[in-house]
Amino acid sequence: MLTVRLYMLQRITALLMAPLVLGHLAVMIYAIQSGISAAEILGRTQGSIAWFLFYGGFVVAVSVHAAIGLRVVVHETFGLRNTLLDLFTWAVAAGLFLLGGRAVMAVTLS
Amino acid sequence: MLSDSADMEVSVWRGAGVAGQFENFKVPAQENQTILDVVAWIQQNCDPTLSYRYACRVGMCGSCAMMVNGVPRWTCRTHVKVALQGNRISIGPLRNLPVIKDLATDMDPFFDKWISAEGVHHPTRSRDDAIEQIDPEDHARRQANEGIECINCSVCYAACDTVAGSADYLGPAALQRAWTLFNDARDAGRVSILEAVSGKGGCHNCHSQGSCSQYCPNDLNPMAAIAGLKRETALSFFKRRT
Repeated sequence: MLTVRLYMLQRITALLMAPLVLGHLAVMIYAIQSGISAAEILGRTQGSIAWFLFYGGFVVAVSVHAAIGLRVVVHETFGLRNTLLDLFTWAVAAGLFLLGGRAVMAVTLS
Repeated sequence: MLSDSADMEVSVWRGAGVAGQFENFKVPAQENQTILDVVAWIQQNCDPTLSYRYACRVGMCGSCAMMVNGVPRWTCRTHVKVALQGNRISIGPLRNLPVIKDLATDMDPFFDKWISAEGVHHPTRSRDDAIEQIDPEDHARRQANEGIECINCSVCYAACDTVAGSADYLGPAALQRAWTLFNDARDAGRVSILEAVSGKGGCHNCHSQGSCSQYCPNDLNPMAAIAGLKRETALSFFKRRT
């Protein structure tokens, strides 16, 4: 149940996520190694447009990528098709976007 | 090594539609014997109502494919020694296709998908035009040549787990045919082929598991053909938007 459009969306979001995952890992290692506190981290991320775009972009890419991946799994495993399958895909995308967006807002809004 | 006097235990699927079960037969082993010979022996000596399909018996027509010990094979070219497990063989109808009766499957879905994938000739010239000269060394021609020995046996289609999970998926044979025609200079259907393989059941559903290429009796590589279609559709995806 993948059209060329969904296929390309999944590949493009994968390309976006690759550097973002590496950046996220680097930030985590840096934060742990340097022993900065949660308050210090929030002090640097809150109000930062750069971190908002970094993690906001991450959330958008994950929402699209994972929803398409799960769409394939659910179709091939449980036989979900057509409108129900589309609804499932949108629900997963919206759910991940809301959860991730909430976290991004909390960390980057001042 | 089998002696001519030993009997093999052969389980054959019997039934129509979705209902059925394996029935056991004892078949005399011979030094040189194919799976199709075994099926024919059962039909001729044990049960004349056993239904199965074959035509050429030499690996040309692609009509005798069956599941042998759970693996799709062309039975006329599969020697019993290759498939025998202990002293047993199970023979069933091709996977992923509706069963008509016993070992005969309904091939309509398989061939309908060839049409859906635009696996039909789209002529560039009429009978009044001169025959087009084809350079056999041309890159596209070489790509086309890699798929032209397909005998439509449906072994790849039966081997494909994506077909098993997604009934709308066009399958490796139809997509390989589409790729062959896409690369054929005598075919005018490049755009319609790419559109046909870009829909819900198209080439993008392939997980590249490679069962098609592993089990193809003619050693073709449908997985590579599907990868080619993915490449071309991805390129045209951007071209259409610029």
